[in-house]
Amino acid sequence: MHSDCIVIEGSNMAECHPVAFRWVMQAKLAGATVIHVDPRFTRTSAMADIHAPLRAGTDIAFLGGLIHHVIEHEKYFKEYVVHYTNAATLVRDDFKDTEELEGVFSGLHGYDGDPLNGFVGQYDTASWQYVSGDTGTQRAGDGAMTGQVSQNPAKRGDMAGKGPEVGANPPPQGPPFDGMVRAMKKPPPPRDETLQDPRCVFQIVKRHFSRYTPEMVERVTGCPKDVFLKVAEAITRNSNPERTTAFCYAVGWTQHTYGPQLIGTCAMLQLLLGNIGRPGGGILALRGHATIQGSTDIPTLYHSIHGYMPALSTLKQHETLADYLKTETLPASYWSNTPKFFVSYLKSMYGAAATVENDFGYGWHPRIAGDHSHLPMTIAMMEGRVKGMFAMGQNPAVGAQNARLQRKALAKLEWLVVKDNFETETAAFWRTSPEVQNGELKTEEIQTEVFLFPSAQVGEMDGSFTNTQRLVQWHAKAADPPGDCRSDLWFTVHLGKRLKAHYAASTLPRDQGIKHLVWDFDADHPEPGSRIPDEPDARKVLREVNGYRSADGRHLTSAAELKDDGSTTCASWIYCGIYPEPGKNLAESRVPDAPEGPQTHLGWAFAWPSNRRTLYNRASARPDGKPWSERKKYVWWDGKRWTGHDVPDFPLTKAPDAPAKPDAIGLDAHAGTDPFILKVDGKGWLFAPTGLVDGPLPTHYEPVESPVQNPLYKQQTSPVLKMWRRDDNVIASQDPRYPHVLTTYRLTEHHLSGVMSRWLPWLAELQPELFVELSPELAGAHGIDNLDLVRIATPRGAITAKALVTRRMRPLQIDGKTVHQVGLPWHWGYQGLVTGEVVNNLSALVGDPNVSIHEGKAFVCNVEKA
Amino acid sequence: MGISRRDFFRVSTGTALGGLVGLGVNLAPATARAEALRIKDTKAHPSVCPYCAVGCGTVVHAANNQVVHVEGDVRSPVNQGNLCPKGAAIYQLHVNPNRLTKVLRRAPGATQWEEWDLERAMDRVAELTRKTRDETFVERDPKGKTLNHSLGIFSLGGATMDNEWNHVQQKLMRGLGVVAIENQARI
Ligand code: SF4
Repeated sequence: MHSDCIVIEGSNMAECHPVAFRWVMQAKLAGATVIHVDPRFTRTSAMADIHAPLRAGTDIAFLGGLIHHVIEHEKYFKEYVVHYTNAATLVRDDFKDTEELEGVFSGLHGYDGDPLNGFVGQYDTASWQYVSGDTGTQRAGDGAMTGQVSQNPAKRGDMAGKGPEVGANPPPQGPPFDGMVRAMKKPPPPRDETLQDPRCVFQIVKRHFSRYTPEMVERVTGCPKDVFLKVAEAITRNSNPERTTAFCYAVGWTQHTYGPQLIGTCAMLQLLLGNIGRPGGGILALRGHATIQGSTDIPTLYHSIHGYMPALSTLKQHETLADYLKTETLPASYWSNTPKFFVSYLKSMYGAAATVENDFGYGWHPRIAGDHSHLPMTIAMMEGRVKGMFAMGQNPAVGAQNARLQRKALAKLEWLVVKDNFETETAAFWRTSPEVQNGELKTEEIQTEVFLFPSAQVGEMDGSFTNTQRLVQWHAKAADPPGDCRSDLWFTVHLGKRLKAHYAASTLPRDQGIKHLVWDFDADHPEPGSRIPDEPDARKVLREVNGYRSADGRHLTSAAELKDDGSTTCASWIYCGIYPEPGKNLAESRVPDAPEGPQTHLGWAFAWPSNRRTLYNRASARPDGKPWSERKKYVWWDGKRWTGHDVPDFPLTKAPDAPAKPDAIGLDAHAGTDPFILKVDGKGWLFAPTGLVDGPLPTHYEPVESPVQNPLYKQQTSPVLKMWRRDDNVIASQDPRYPHVLTTYRLTEHHLSGVMSRWLPWLAELQPELFVELSPELAGAHGIDNLDLVRIATPRGAITAKALVTRRMRPLQIDGKTVHQVGLPWHWGYQGLVTGEVVNNLSALVGDPNVSIHEGKAFVCNVEKA
Repeated sequence: MGISRRDFFRVSTGTALGGLVGLGVNLAPATARAEALRIKDTKAHPSVCPYCAVGCGTVVHAANNQVVHVEGDVRSPVNQGNLCPKGAAIYQLHVNPNRLTKVLRRAPGATQWEEWDLERAMDRVAELTRKTRDETFVERDPKGKTLNHSLGIFSLGGATMDNEWNHVQQKLMRGLGVVAIENQARI
């Protein structure tokens, strides 16, 4: 709403996040330019000033073209770039770019780990480092988390025996751990603030994108050059001290074998334009589930534990508590507090049993040993390695990639527990799945014991969701659920109580973790008038997430209170402060700003961390602490402290001219001009020495399945992506049998796999039937008329759907060749009030190497009249 | 454009929006009288839309321990009372004849569901969990590194559940040594 230009790319915001799109329209009313970059012409395009069509999966080429334009025409925000990014930092001499190595970076070698992890290759990232100094751990896109052996390359020298840790005087170990962290500190890397040194990040980026010209953008993406240039002109005109541009994306960007790199390209562009940390700027991820953000923060994800700390892993130096802290703590940056966050987390797990003597129970905590995400777990299920499964509010029989394979894998389980509101496709796979219907599976032969537990709905339980802007909002219980429906919390808390009772007397070392697990969520008093007297207290769970003093239980008010000696208990440092005292749950707070207020609504719910609404907001002020402009005033230095419309994301009394202290750790190691407090150098990264396993810079690769040869490089696809080649997961690229690009998407009236919409008469009636969107040109070539039944085939399978022949789909000219795109919404399945074929029968198990996200937005198909 | 922030806000709360937004369904103003009847004698509970991550504020009205009406929360700075078609259908997640209210269990090889008592089903799931966990638990890898995990159990789901459930689920799983924990966040 405060933006002057809004680019929506990889999202159909008007239809998929309609109420958020209201704010785009508000901004447009106030004069903002709205741009939609998308393979399809949708309602979002209809409301936009510019619609730039492009081939699905080519966004890096498009954004890379914008980066090229911004640098070539010197449209970048010079002062911001020099002071707030790592543009000036020097990178090692032996770093080789894709321009030199035909599309790959230096350090590429074969992958020799467990094939279940799926990698086709692996990088040694040593040459991607700064000339000297620490660049941090593999924290964000963690190699070890998806199954690569990883060490922090910048620290490898230490591990080889030259560092201060090894030798006659072992480093001090904690608690307190400050001495250990201090010993790890390195001097900051050299910089060239003229940005002229050929080894500086700015020059590397400039060379890397030098061939991403408007002509090349047109060749790769199919977006006409003049449309592309209009976009470039609009975003550069609206990015300066007076104006800001925002980007909004959704899974159209993430679901690629280079998804994280795609987001990274946008982050680079926004840093170059000075649009991060400023009002109306930024990159907004439009996420699809009510608390998909919360379930990432409070991770029901194998690779991380609370607050973005990496899971304990055998692929990293994690054997002891000291090993873990040495590997994962960044001596400079806010992550220098990792020992406090981590020890407080262990206290939340094991309570009084976690002591200094036993390293706070560190040895009891399980480790990961590879990629345990959904894609490889599907293969492991198929191979009979997984015996039991919980599917809670998720419906993989429809939603998972290569859904046929997924359903067959379900049939290999010994037991399956589903918890949902309706009989989902996953719960009914043994009864009504297409494989049972066509005889591939026989019900009587399926040995899986299946449970289906009915769920309470949102109005029938207390709890919180974290929305896509990190806003944690509480929902209050209004009524009891019917019959034996129970809250999800009830299920897991009572399952835990049964299991804990079983292990209570065990003396086996392997059982000590569960035996000592703190499990105290019973309500002190049953809710008056409720039929369910044993409903757990959701606020007690939130209290444990928020944290309390171990000795007397006093609630913690902020992460600054955390200690590394066990005296504080806190599951999630980033949520600390949400529940600062009994009776004061800030997720329940409902005080919006008055119309004349700043419209940051700090009294409405709680945004982690510390109720900050815009992260890195120190960047909304100039290096000297004054606002960049009156129009974009947000957080500023008033001579004594940081203040403004938001909670400053910076030490409150650290002056803009405060120098970095060379011997200090934590934020004292950063200067008063370093806004990116979670980064080891305090800078926004235009080049990522660590954190990504597939390159320090984004590069255009083709999707695994593409009808097109990569026009930019000899290297066709990401050299380190994940792929599971099997007879039931066949991949075809540049295969004349599958000449068209297929993309999938969502509709306003349905939700994901349809469990929460296809069972509701109101919604089922609004969108009753699966359809396939085809351009008139493609339909004409196959003799298909509107409403004809069409067969859509990929190497994994075929489905039929009704044709929607529409000019919303347009053929594109790619490198002199016509490429057609086909669109399918994927909400249907074989259960519910309205049914239809499962679109994910067509998709493939392939993944990105950083986070194992699949490629659901660009693959190949053929169509014919059914 | 010459629109002051104050005017801007006024536009945003006024009816001009209805036509502009197209897809947003403003439940609040015009039907106020009908609404008043619908929510007569109910108690209003602040809530949140359980569909997408926009996080629209809602108000759930209940009477006699029954949900009777759900509408957008006009106070919410996220949605100012508006809901999309999914948000406008939240009521039918609660009051819906297709909704299950009993635990169903399918025995190995069976062709039919059977209804099970809730406590019995919980006991059985606890037993299966314990058995699989104990049978597949590994203390060390071949190199002698600590694992303390079981890969025999897979926990899937979370993005549509409450934060509080996510906390207890990942905690219980990690307490047991189950590390294959996933939700929709990769999707
Ligand atoms: S009402 Fe619509 S836009 Fe708002 S949270 Fe619900 S699904 Fe999302």
